[in-house]
Amino acid sequence: MTPTIAILLIITFVLSTVGLLLLIWTIANNQFSHGQAAARTIFSPGEEGHSEDRARPADEPFTGDTSEQAQAIEARWTADQSSRTAVLTWLSSSVFWLLLGSFFGLASSIKMHLPEFLTASEFLTFGRIRPVHLNAVTYGWASMAGIGVALFLIPRLFKTSLVGGKYAVIGGFIWNIGLILGLSAITLGLSDGEEWLEFPWQVDLLFVVGGAMCAAPLLLTAANRNVEHLYVTSWYLMAALVWFPILFLIANLPFAFPGASGATVNWWFAHNVLGLWVTPIGIGIAYYMIPKILGRPIISYQLSLIGFWSLALFYSQVGIHHLIGGPIPTWLVTLSIVHSVMMSIPVITVAINHHGTMMGNFGRLKDSPTLRFVWIGALMYTVASLQGSMEALRSINVITHFTHYTVAHAHLGMYAFLSFILFGAVYFIMPRLTNWEWPWRKLISLHFWLVSIGILIYVVSLTVAGWKQGVALLDAAMPFMDIVKMTLPALQARTLGGALMTLGHLVFAFHFIAMLMRQGAATEQPTLFRPAIKENAQ
Amino acid sequence: MKRALAIMVGAALILLLATLTLVVMPYLQMSAEQVPPDLKPYTEQQQRGRQVYIANGCVYCHSQQPRDPSFAPGDKARGWGRPSVPGDYAYDEPHLLGTMRTGPDLFNIGARQPSIDWQLMHLYNPRAIIKGSIMPSYPFLFRHVDEPVEGDKVVNIPPPYGPESGKIVATEDALALAEYMLALDHTYPAPTLPTLPPKTDEPKENRAP
Repeated sequence: MTPTIAILLIITFVLSTVGLLLLIWTIANNQFSHGQAAARTIFSPGEEGHSEDRARPADEPFTGDTSEQAQAIEARWTADQSSRTAVLTWLSSSVFWLLLGSFFGLASSIKMHLPEFLTASEFLTFGRIRPVHLNAVTYGWASMAGIGVALFLIPRLFKTSLVGGKYAVIGGFIWNIGLILGLSAITLGLSDGEEWLEFPWQVDLLFVVGGAMCAAPLLLTAANRNVEHLYVTSWYLMAALVWFPILFLIANLPFAFPGASGATVNWWFAHNVLGLWVTPIGIGIAYYMIPKILGRPIISYQLSLIGFWSLALFYSQVGIHHLIGGPIPTWLVTLSIVHSVMMSIPVITVAINHHGTMMGNFGRLKDSPTLRFVWIGALMYTVASLQGSMEALRSINVITHFTHYTVAHAHLGMYAFLSFILFGAVYFIMPRLTNWEWPWRKLISLHFWLVSIGILIYVVSLTVAGWKQGVALLDAAMPFMDIVKMTLPALQARTLGGALMTLGHLVFAFHFIAMLMRQGAATEQPTLFRPAIKENAQ
Repeated sequence: MKRALAIMVGAALILLLATLTLVVMPYLQMSAEQVPPDLKPYTEQQQRGRQVYIANGCVYCHSQQPRDPSFAPGDKARGWGRPSVPGDYAYDEPHLLGTMRTGPDLFNIGARQPSIDWQLMHLYNPRAIIKGSIMPSYPFLFRHVDEPVEGDKVVNIPPPYGPESGKIVATEDALALAEYMLALDHTYPAPTLPTLPPKTDEPKENRAP
């Protein structure tokens, strides 16, 4: 190893280690928070011990025992209402893009095993509808739903009304225009040509502006806040909203990074979209929803802060593990592999908190749709992240790189983790914004089972086939076409899984619209997976 | 507000550090990389073909980056070529390294299939040449004419894949794409491999465990 490389590596390691030590020191000295007290800030006075989803029939809705407590509940209702227009703008848009993205994904999947399916038109060729799928679900569904949920959580976390909500509404419109133009550009063959960065850079400006308009209410509301402690969810949301515009801007700088260095920027960005944008949003939501529905604070607040800063340190440098074996400097690949493995630290701390808080309360999964979606999402975060750390190792990556295995892993992360958490959050948020309960519990159930079975088929089939594909690719004695044939059953299974997921999304979208139109009977009871039989019998 | 600001500034600083290590430093190092003397810049037609490649998303199924045989033995053994080096991509903007091998690596497809007729026929319908291929066909890159005129590039498609009557003629886009395929020939010897000081002669060992 040359001295320069060694020095570079040493500097990075020293920086990371010093950062981590500094963090541990500050937490040990209470520089950041007042520990467990901060974990309770999400509850209004006296609310701890009461579930906000009233998952148990025995639970009475908590309205406050004293007038002070009742006032706090009232204030929260006001805070929820203040974000109504902004949140509904972003969430409704996201549901539309989810549907559109699902259909494009399903069509792409069919084309993988029926290559003559829809080949006549250039606008529907595989190489165009696949990026339309990716961009629609990433920037349309996941990002818009994520921002929508963030806009809902911000006033709640800061215990004040959303300030500057109209900027977020305008931002939503700009973002939607960006999506329409960007997806049209891909369809017309005007892609920028790099994965995750297909939108032409002129269109990308709209996302930077739209995103910045969402940062405005965040800052204004933060300045107006009525809480002393910043709950960990707000850390994640604030960081995500800072990171995304920087990332998006640098990666899309036109004509700045030619050749092989373009590839490093490409994958630095692409993995950071996952690591520094959708992941903090997903984890942040779970950090709010799980304790709120259980009515108990997370078990270790200090741990959650270690999780946050170590995520920031390590996740920002993992991207180049997408280029292992590629034409780029070795030190760079090694750096990313090391950070990928180090990612197990934030993942394990988050896992301890999420799952540890659930400990002894798993029975609630039978009742609360929000909890079931969010907790399964959190569990899949643990699984997908540890799998990702493994995949970054050279010995594993040499097999899984360039195969369907990676596609399965991506969907485990973006769907089973992130989308599940977003589904759960939408089930929680909508009744509080519209003052109406979800009309049909059976539809929530149907949605859950369709998407769960769908993603299970999807991930299992492609994981197995992708691994076999990767092993076979290393052995030149196996002809390439034999490998293609070997993967065909899995590609067909993926279409089945994808069809189930798409069906689930249709159910979800239908229910969402019915909710907006106030279908079903007026009720005071939350719509849960099981009716509150016991309560009726009393 | 002070604490909120501290979090946001801290988050931005960490990202700045990552940008330095993952964007700026590799860029400085790789842009100083020597361009192989045997590597030719793309012609106008090849560049147009490259745009067709991008527009139709070939990159989602084909990589252009053979790995080192000591790391991943299959790549070279399949005839995909020597491991690529940063200099090989000097004229590539944007890069098209790819992350998927639903189809084979194309870094040296021009050397493996140097016939433009093969390339065009394969684009019109891959199954006309390779049984069981799952690559889409690209009929929209071709015209169906009754009688080709002077200057038309006729593509002879074997039955049953061609039309019953008339001829299939390649469009300018199809010809450009095929020319780009033929230009993907990196069989010249590898120049400096990616390490900082050019004096070391064992970079191959460095690149793979």
